[in-house]
Amino acid sequence: MDNRAILAEIPRLRRYARAMLGDRAAADDLVQDTLERAWSRLFQWRAGSDMRAWLFGIMHNLRVDQLRRPRLATQSIDEDDFDVPTRPTQTDELELRDIESALNHLPDEQREVLLLVALEEMGYADIAATLGIPIGTVMSRLSRGRERLRLIMNGEHASARLRVVR
Amino acid sequence: MSAQPITEADLQAWVDAALPEARRAEVEDYLAAQPAEAERVLAYQEQKLALRSLFNPVLDEPLPENLTALASPPPAAAIERPPKPLLERWSLQRIAASVLIALVGGLAGWLAHDRYPSAENLARTSPLPHQAAVAHAVFSPDVRRPVEVSAENEDQLVAWLSKRLGTPVRPPKLGALGFELIGGRLLPGNSGPVAQFMYQDATGQRLTLYVSTENATNQDTAFRFAKEGQVNVFYWIDGKFGYALSAGIDKGKLARIATAVYDQLDRK
Repeated sequence: MDNRAILAEIPRLRRYARAMLGDRAAADDLVQDTLERAWSRLFQWRAGSDMRAWLFGIMHNLRVDQLRRPRLATQSIDEDDFDVPTRPTQTDELELRDIESALNHLPDEQREVLLLVALEEMGYADIAATLGIPIGTVMSRLSRGRERLRLIMNGEHASARLRVVR
Repeated sequence: MSAQPITEADLQAWVDAALPEARRAEVEDYLAAQPAEAERVLAYQEQKLALRSLFNPVLDEPLPENLTALASPPPAAAIERPPKPLLERWSLQRIAASVLIALVGGLAGWLAHDRYPSAENLARTSPLPHQAAVAHAVFSPDVRRPVEVSAENEDQLVAWLSKRLGTPVRPPKLGALGFELIGGRLLPGNSGPVAQFMYQDATGQRLTLYVSTENATNQDTAFRFAKEGQVNVFYWIDGKFGYALSAGIDKGKLARIATAVYDQLDRK
């Protein structure tokens, strides 16, 4: 594994982790764990294969492990309330905020597929291989995730008026 | 109309520009005739764009040093070695490191606890939320035997736990919030027994209230929040009692339940 090749993947890993976890520090911790595990399991990587998919697969597995075997992260309530994710100021910030909070309402497995498609522009087959699931599952999670996100966003934009959603 | 019907997977692939040219044209014909479907897939495309504008700036952030350092092999990592010894070495190292951190942290915490009983120190070093979260993670997923004494024998449960803790304890009633007591158990604390009450709602979501009587400092605290992975914990200290309410539910909802628990315990 080439140092420059792995260095080039770090920003992408960070972007995805940030989008998955919503929290900068937790995301960088996950990236760090991913890189450490990648080094320790380098023998599993086949030279010439897609390093990005391999690293994202490691990150996915670590995240699954983390959800099963949680770690302590204590914070005071005040700190937590002021924990605003860093993001450049943009005119459409409100809309972006909406999609961010809507994203947090998706189940992990839908969010994961949605982000790999949207941010990483990974092919469906690559996502299936990375996550270790059948491609049909990728498609159904993508479809359900997108629809759910759309409905949440519609609901938020529909102000106080009730809308009938089939 | 096309020979093959347009599927949901075709529509998703259209959003992602993953269709062969011919199929793409067929999907576009279909969308031209189905305005509601067209609106839906356009919304998906907008989602994609919005997600990219939201998260792409992360790509341009300077990398933290600990991450750039990991672009090179860590010195301790033996590379191209068979899995087993390697894994053991890594995990031993990590365990040793985390034990050390826990010991130093715990010691520093207890030292700081008396000297600087500030909100932050209490929040960071109190072992209560950690113990409670671990106890929650261990027992709440247990399908067959989540509790030692079930709520059917609530009087016995209360009498037993009160006797073992050496002080009256009583589980609050959370039925109004959708959670019913399913029972309780006795657990080892730092210096003696602690009690865990377990509740469950209609969906099977479990909630545990961890009650310790080991607080020697008599330093009351307001609600504090801790998070261990998916387990959220609200905890507070009231006289010699330490309470911690743990569940894998969102913070706001847990806060409301914690308030109800606090109110009931306060009235006792």
